[in-house]
Amino acid sequence: MKKTALILAAGIAFSSLPSYAVQPDEMLPDQQMEARARVISKDLRCLVCQNESIDDSNADLARDLRLLVRKRLVAGDSDAQVKQYLVDRYGDYVLLNPPFKTSTLVLWLGPAALFLVALGAAWGFARRRRVGVAMPALNDEEKSRVAALLSDGDEGKKA
Amino acid sequence: MRSYAFLPVVIFLVLAGFFGYRLLMIDKGDAPNFIPSAMIDKPAPDFDMPPLYDGKAGLKTADLQGKVTLINFFASWCVPCRAEHQLLSGLTGKGFVLAGVNYKDKPEDAKAWLDRLGNPYDLLVADRQGQTGIDFGVYGVPESYLIDKQGRIRFKQTGPFTPESIEKELMPRVAELNK
Repeated sequence: MKKTALILAAGIAFSSLPSYAVQPDEMLPDQQMEARARVISKDLRCLVCQNESIDDSNADLARDLRLLVRKRLVAGDSDAQVKQYLVDRYGDYVLLNPPFKTSTLVLWLGPAALFLVALGAAWGFARRRRVGVAMPALNDEEKSRVAALLSDGDEGKKA
Repeated sequence: MRSYAFLPVVIFLVLAGFFGYRLLMIDKGDAPNFIPSAMIDKPAPDFDMPPLYDGKAGLKTADLQGKVTLINFFASWCVPCRAEHQLLSGLTGKGFVLAGVNYKDKPEDAKAWLDRLGNPYDLLVADRQGQTGIDFGVYGVPESYLIDKQGRIRFKQTGPFTPESIEKELMPRVAELNK
């Protein structure tokens, strides 16, 4: 029983391995270069399907871009040059990781800034709470009453 | 404590305002899938496309010098192109060369399509592999690029032209470039 379950689990795990859109006829014979192409492709947006990389997409344009990436690599481009080639044509939008520059400062630093603001607010809130909860000092009348209550347990009941 | 009571409302209003603004912008055509062209004001890429009809003239980058050209990428398999097509026939002789680029299409399909719907183009070339399309930054057809006399891309129409976009976007720029 346990063994069957194990085999079943393994089967499910195996069958859910991601299937890639890259067709065998697109692949480069040079395995190292093909691996580079795959890494680059994962970071390039398929322009017609939005949040898919060209490595994942079955769209026609994605296939063209995959072939183009490989063509540039064969022509001797570095990884950065291949990306720049596409950025020159399609703009930063083609990159799934937006570059760090003036127009993306808010995007990159926004979350950290918000976190700091939240941290500051939480700290301020906690501080105020500690001060706010502290008891006001007793006045003389209250003090003498407390002293009386502590010295004679019965007086409290009478009052 | 009281001064903070309205904070959630203020945050809500700021967020609602932001989202509302984006929704309105989508209405105006600035949708998330609209990609601002990286090619505006840059020289047209290097290309040399063969004619669609044998024996006619092809089109290469150097041919763009000295005249205003509208390069229109189209395909017979593209539905919006069909809608745009009838508008294009009204664009001949309006101060620019109307060059049609048959994009990733079978030449016989394209010819049949033009026979049926008419041929508004001054010049017809083919980009069967889509390489020139990629160099221009085409990511869907139809797309059109207005090119000035120095061979620089000055305007891009993503998606089909409409009577409104021709009147408000295209023609004023053509007039400007022909000055």
